[in-house]
Amino acid sequence: MYQEQLECMDRCSLDELQSQRLRAVVKNVYEKVDTYRNKFDELGIRPDDIRGIKDLGKLPFTVKDDLRKAYPYKMFAVPMKDIVRVHCSSGTTGQISVVGYTENDVEMWAECVARALSAAGLDDRDIVHIAYGYGLFTGGLGAHYGVEKLGAAAVPVSGGNTNRQVQILRDFGVTAIACTPSYALLVGETAKEQGVDPRELPLRVGIFGAEPWSESMRNKLENLFGIKALDIYGLSEIMGPGIGYECLEQNGLHINEDNFIIEILDTETLKPVPDGEYGEVVLTTLTKEGIPLIRYRTRDVSRIIPGDCACGRTFRRLARITGRSDDMLIIRGVNVYPSQIEDILLSIENVAPHYQIILDKKGSMDTVEVRVELEPGIDFDEIKTIQETSRKVRARISSALAISIDVKIVQPKSLARSQGKIQRVVDLRCGKE
Amino acid sequence: MVKQVSVFLENAPGTLSSMARLLADAEINMHVLAVADTSEFGVARIICDNPVQAQSVLLDEGFSVAMTPVCGVELSDTPGSLADFLEFVSSHGVDISYTYCFIEPNSGKAVNIFRLNDPSFEKTILEAGYKIVSDEDLLTSTNEN
Repeated sequence: MYQEQLECMDRCSLDELQSQRLRAVVKNVYEKVDTYRNKFDELGIRPDDIRGIKDLGKLPFTVKDDLRKAYPYKMFAVPMKDIVRVHCSSGTTGQISVVGYTENDVEMWAECVARALSAAGLDDRDIVHIAYGYGLFTGGLGAHYGVEKLGAAAVPVSGGNTNRQVQILRDFGVTAIACTPSYALLVGETAKEQGVDPRELPLRVGIFGAEPWSESMRNKLENLFGIKALDIYGLSEIMGPGIGYECLEQNGLHINEDNFIIEILDTETLKPVPDGEYGEVVLTTLTKEGIPLIRYRTRDVSRIIPGDCACGRTFRRLARITGRSDDMLIIRGVNVYPSQIEDILLSIENVAPHYQIILDKKGSMDTVEVRVELEPGIDFDEIKTIQETSRKVRARISSALAISIDVKIVQPKSLARSQGKIQRVVDLRCGKE
Repeated sequence: MVKQVSVFLENAPGTLSSMARLLADAEINMHVLAVADTSEFGVARIICDNPVQAQSVLLDEGFSVAMTPVCGVELSDTPGSLADFLEFVSSHGVDISYTYCFIEPNSGKAVNIFRLNDPSFEKTILEAGYKIVSDEDLLTSTNEN
């Protein structure tokens, strides 16, 4: 274990540590950040009113829009001379938001990632292939500093150039890979096309994150590469990868609770739900200096897994993210998470779990088209093979979601990927009421 | 047996042309191109002078490609020869998934391409006195051109 005294801390001491850090962060943002002083004043709260984590519910929320309005630096709590790194959110949903890190922030982040790698069974003898994008996106550099912190060797491949990714996996003796799960799948498929058996590689662990993925995707990746596939959780607004990490028990993401307070709130009432129940993940940073965030609404939907983990860590576990409360689609009144569609595709032969959902309107009626990539190299010469596949996809998705959909089978790798991610949902319904 | 290259074509403008351009750039000559279309997608079936290279060029560019062994039978270009042959096939209870034909320019004979659900049936065709066309036959005919 990388930092046993913290990762296995008893809950009483952890509550005390969190309370003490929360008091400090509340006082700090009130003094340094206008956005927070205004929010506190509006609610009539003084920093002294917050005596510990039991008072968390009194604090205001922070939303993505607060960060957008503060563009670029207005929510920074330290002068620029103390900022050593700047990252951005990917900006897939509009205006980017900027996050600044002090030297201590970068150090804390690296420690969090090092804990994750250590929990995956890695140590200073390992070689880690990092295929997250490097740059303003937090994935690449986030994983990189963690690998170096652990003392392992980082191979900073970054994203793209899949043929070269395969060559490195084949030649560099890498024992672990960190990237998005969908990109790992593409790399594995490309390796097979090139006659490289992914199961023959020395690779034994995959640390996958930056997009929601399912248990069936885990099985697929583990079989493809013959590895243990582990989830890692992060979001650019808070830190990037390493807020939570799966241990080898593969049963939920341990949240680094010495640095973050996690709440799961009912998506309607925004009141806490009991452990085990689903709600929106809300995070408060306890140690961040650059941009401390109070009760940041992540829009990610998940739950706390009740009970203790067999690994001995006391940090509570977050179940895998099932979707986002804001990308939850409402189609003809039905709530749909894209991950439900991924799960179905994984159960069907001949199609890859690469998909895109196109929403549109015909008159007042929502239409849904699911574009699915064909597996490369399947025998589709008899047209009925594809027609049957397409029919199967349509029937299974329609029955699981209780709405009828259209299916379009497209060429392998034809859905545009940016930083290894496919834009899952294209909503063309706006303005067509 | 003739090696046929089958290519999945998305129903979108430019798909067929980009496939043709890739083959052209690789200097591959198509003898026959048959496109089967449905409302949602198409399948191009190609007989060409270098099927192995055609497959690899198209795969590299992200096309879904399958190599399908098909049966090419030489028939005389006269009324009734196809009907005779099809009756012979059906009398043995063999299913044909699809067929298309072309006139081989040198011999002036018709060549019918069949995908049979039972590949061992080729032997029966030969025994009945029909000539089965091979990849080499087609290659020679182009070179002589």
